[in-house]
Amino acid sequence: MFDFRVTPTDPYDSRGTPRLLHGLTTGVFPVTTVVLVTVIATESLSKRFPRVTALDRLSVDVGPGVTGLVGANGAGKSTLIKILLGLSPATEGRAEVLGLDVATKGAAIRERVGYMPEHDCLPPDVSATEFVVHMARMSGLPPTAARERTADTLRHVGLYEERYRPMGGYSTGMKQRVKLAQALVHDPDLVFLDEPTNGLDPVGRDEMLGLIRRIHTDFGISVLVTSHLLGELERTCDHVVIIDGGKLLRSSSTTDFTQTTTTLAVEVTDTDEHPDGTRAVREALLARGITVESGSGLPGAGHILLLTAQGEETYDLIRDVIADLGLGLVRMEQRRHHIAEVFTEGDEQRKEAAVHGS
Amino acid sequence: MALDQPMTGDQTRIHDIGYRSYDGPRLGRSYATRSLYSQSLRGAYGLGRSAKSKVLPMLLFVVMCVPAAIMVAVAVATKAKELPVDYTRYAIVMQAVISLYVASQAPQSVSRDLRFKTVPLYFSRPIETADYVRAKFAALASAMFILTGAPLLVLYVGALLAKLDFTDQTKGFAQGLVSVALLSLLFAGIGLVIAAVTPRRGFGIAAVIAVLTISYGSVTTLQAIAHAQNSTDAIAWIGLFSPVTLIDGVQSAFLGAATNFPGGVGPSNGEGAVYVLVTLGLIAATYGLLIRRYRKVGL
Repeated sequence: MFDFRVTPTDPYDSRGTPRLLHGLTTGVFPVTTVVLVTVIATESLSKRFPRVTALDRLSVDVGPGVTGLVGANGAGKSTLIKILLGLSPATEGRAEVLGLDVATKGAAIRERVGYMPEHDCLPPDVSATEFVVHMARMSGLPPTAARERTADTLRHVGLYEERYRPMGGYSTGMKQRVKLAQALVHDPDLVFLDEPTNGLDPVGRDEMLGLIRRIHTDFGISVLVTSHLLGELERTCDHVVIIDGGKLLRSSSTTDFTQTTTTLAVEVTDTDEHPDGTRAVREALLARGITVESGSGLPGAGHILLLTAQGEETYDLIRDVIADLGLGLVRMEQRRHHIAEVFTEGDEQRKEAAVHGS
Repeated sequence: MALDQPMTGDQTRIHDIGYRSYDGPRLGRSYATRSLYSQSLRGAYGLGRSAKSKVLPMLLFVVMCVPAAIMVAVAVATKAKELPVDYTRYAIVMQAVISLYVASQAPQSVSRDLRFKTVPLYFSRPIETADYVRAKFAALASAMFILTGAPLLVLYVGALLAKLDFTDQTKGFAQGLVSVALLSLLFAGIGLVIAAVTPRRGFGIAAVIAVLTISYGSVTTLQAIAHAQNSTDAIAWIGLFSPVTLIDGVQSAFLGAATNFPGGVGPSNGEGAVYVLVTLGLIAATYGLLIRRYRKVGL
């Protein structure tokens, strides 16, 4: 595992001697370079087109960290990003990014912000290195710094020898990494990532989400990431903003959503004595007064037991029960509640829209 | 802290260079615009691109310069009193090569960004629409100026080597440069406007060639008809409708060039003023159209 540590005061050495940070300890240093309470603030922000209202009096405050912007396709996510980049004027209301007004300070904002578009944006006949160097210079980095930052950034997103090859031959996962690199190359204070997991297979998706997490924890860059899938953002984000039809549905921290209780997922083997090990465990646990859900609807349903951990003793109890039955414990892991479960009654319909898209 | 680790001693450890933040200068809009300009200018000759894309622009550049070199060689060898071709005339004679160049490089410059949707990446950075258009326009116009100016330089240097009259040659050379500068701006503008409409490079190339050759072909045909019917007044006015004849008219009215118009009658001074206005107006119009086009492209 990598250990990235940078002191906030480190002057960047543009003369080319890389500063070697020794990666042995597990200490974590805060890497926040700019202390800002609010990274993005909007105040009854509206955007109306002749036929549709893309944003409807949206007021939201986003702090540093990883923030998920969730909504169905057409919920207004991309419109919001355009306004925040100062590229499209709002019909009414105001917005600030990094403390700068989007209506008047667009260029200053775009200098400190990175943007990764949803669609493909890479010319196929150019190598990743050449392309990212050019984009770094377009962000105002001097030539030498542009080359150094490009090499660094491509390595951080996980692109190695292939960075010298034309991008036409890249896989979707590699293209997504280059798109991410060009958004990070100028060391912005904030990045907008528009549907970064689109088109990726499950493994690529997990890697991308891990990378997004590291953008904040290791690089100290705040992230606004959009998705139409609520589920995938809950593991990655500190904060989730849900919009639908241009209106704010909910804005809260993911810990509020998910960390009130801990759910344990348990999977066991079967033996000759207990042909259905899962059922045996469930019955044994019920006998000791612990209710167990079957976890239906989740992957591996029927073989996984979900139960609520009251504390340390629950773990011991499960271990003992399984040992007594002579079964093998395949896994016992913590599972956070899905954000989707948080929505109840009144939100039900809109939640459907937000989670599944339309 | 890790930085305090002594760097002496065992240097063979594998170091992981962590994320380094950047606190160096950020040079802003005008630097970014200049970077885009130089990247586009280099790209117009295939520099920084694949070997394949260098072939055509370099070949056309050579084709532009070789006749000039031959003329110079002949002039030096035969001790001629003047060059076989005027400076102002050279670009008109070589217009097919110039048209081919602008047709191949204008789409290369702008259609690619549209086709591969790279444009949003530019506009999510400090530069504005106008900066992008200016950089692309200036880059192609500069590339064309290099293409059309280089053979004039060959002629000029050759003429001096052949010991032709210095003041004559310098005056002719300067007039030639003004003329090709106008031509470069006009052709670059027309080429870019057409290319910026389509993300398809092939369409762009075909459309630019079509516009340049069809306009020139029909204008010269009409002029020939007007000449045959002795309506010499009409010849000059018809010439306003194609880029090549526009430049021809401007330089024969004000830059001491002999016109290519049938009958050898160029526009008079009054008509010449209209030519200059139309030329400058067209250049401004292409710039305006490009700005309008890119306002819409946006993100």
